[in-house]
Amino acid sequence: MLSFLSVYKKELVSYFNSLISYIFIIVFLVILSWLFWQNVFLAGQTSMRDFFTLIPWFFLILVPALSMRLWSEENKQGTIETLLTLPVSDVHLVLAKFLSAASFVAVVLLCSLPLPITLSRIGNLDWGPVIGSYLGAWLLGCAYLALGQWLSALTKNQIVAYLVTAAIAFVFLLLGTSAIASGDGVFAKLCYTLSTQTHFASLAKGIISVRDVIYYLSFIGIFLYLNVYTLTKRHFA
Amino acid sequence: MINVNSLTKKFGNTTVLDHLSFQVKQGEILGFLGPNGAGKTTTMRILTGILAPSSGTVSINQHDILDQSLVIRKQIGYLPENNPLYETMRVYEYLEFVAKSKQLPDITATVKQVVHDCHLFEKITSPISELSKGYRQRVGLAAALLGNPNILFLDEPTSGLDPNQAAEIRKLIRNIGKTKTIVFSTHILAEVQAICDRAIIINQGKIVAQGTVNELISQTQGKVQIQAEIEGSVDAVTKALQQLPDVQTVSAPKIHQYIIELSGKQDVRKAIFELCVQHHWILLGLRQSDVSLEDVFRQLTTSPHA
Repeated sequence: MLSFLSVYKKELVSYFNSLISYIFIIVFLVILSWLFWQNVFLAGQTSMRDFFTLIPWFFLILVPALSMRLWSEENKQGTIETLLTLPVSDVHLVLAKFLSAASFVAVVLLCSLPLPITLSRIGNLDWGPVIGSYLGAWLLGCAYLALGQWLSALTKNQIVAYLVTAAIAFVFLLLGTSAIASGDGVFAKLCYTLSTQTHFASLAKGIISVRDVIYYLSFIGIFLYLNVYTLTKRHFA
Repeated sequence: MINVNSLTKKFGNTTVLDHLSFQVKQGEILGFLGPNGAGKTTTMRILTGILAPSSGTVSINQHDILDQSLVIRKQIGYLPENNPLYETMRVYEYLEFVAKSKQLPDITATVKQVVHDCHLFEKITSPISELSKGYRQRVGLAAALLGNPNILFLDEPTSGLDPNQAAEIRKLIRNIGKTKTIVFSTHILAEVQAICDRAIIINQGKIVAQGTVNELISQTQGKVQIQAEIEGSVDAVTKALQQLPDVQTVSAPKIHQYIIELSGKQDVRKAIFELCVQHHWILLGLRQSDVSLEDVFRQLTTSPHA
């Protein structure tokens, strides 16, 4: 447990020592806050709906920037040898890296809390959808992180890891758009079920359904498993 | 302490290690010698559990490297080739991270001890990215020493260092080696002669020679080498030189240059001169010297059948 915490802390500290993390926070908060307040004053509604509608698209661009370095940097600098000879299991290494990134996304989301708090002061804010949306946004961010972390283990090039993660995440997002996921056909239902967007939209309504949570946990679990598998396979290369 | 039995490693169809077998006893300093690409780093990676062997077994302190990798990782220290470090960390942060990951009981005392052993005190707060190569190597060694492991694997620890830095690291390794088992790879013979109790020479994934440094040196003692410069047909000169008495091998590394190794002490320089006169070849130079360990290493690691 101590070794797990040590890797977790190292990774988390590296986020706060990295310029890209601050760009992430600033871009995320400044642009979303600006768009949010513009909508609030134009529409005159005390709702966070517009804010959370934009989050999947923002995460599509920003989360791969967080995950791209998780393994590819270790591969490129050779520090993966140091990690793999420490008495820490592959599962713990993967989990420590993932949870540190997930913690960072949680911190970023928490930084936006002044928005709903201010909104609740100036109007009548329904906290149910806000809480659901925050949970959904965090799970969505974690899902992209798990995907990006696995992809970064497959390459030494961070740019490749970023682009491939963004592309695949885009496909998962696109599956949930009304043009694809609406309708009664099997394909439309399958797209609806597989899309990260539809489950996020469902949580954003304020109903925390087990189905949506399980979807995200399964998504995360599959890609973390693939990450462990990639490390193990490298061992037996 | 370390038992390697018929260790083979293949990457696709390429055999990198071919049935290596050797033992390392407690307290021994073993030099792992070989040219670049001989399989030294692959062997190190297998011994430290980073890579799994394709076949064969490796056991350290009677623990199998595949079945009890985590147990073994607690008992070893490893300095990888090129010494990869986390550039953004400061020296004490890095050492603290490694100490915590190794689950050591008294982190502060342990870190202090290795900082003292590796003479790192003045650089303890420096960012790793600002350290000279010599200090970086000390940081790598200090990290490997954390937890006082009984066995150290050092992969080319003096590679890329200037002669002064290399001498300092060698001195450090010699001091550490008084109480620990060390396996260290290098392609510098002087290092093996200066530090090691025993050496293994590998080439193309196979062991081509092993023994104590004195044994390896004694194998070469009494042997004589002649360097001749002769202008003439390479095939004809080589053939003629091979027919001289006591000639063991003849090689032609450069144009007109021949290295003749003799099995005995007989002086064949006169015979070479007479051969040149007889065949109307021009003798440009002739020099006789004793065969050194370096010559043996070169011979063992350049022969296609080695």
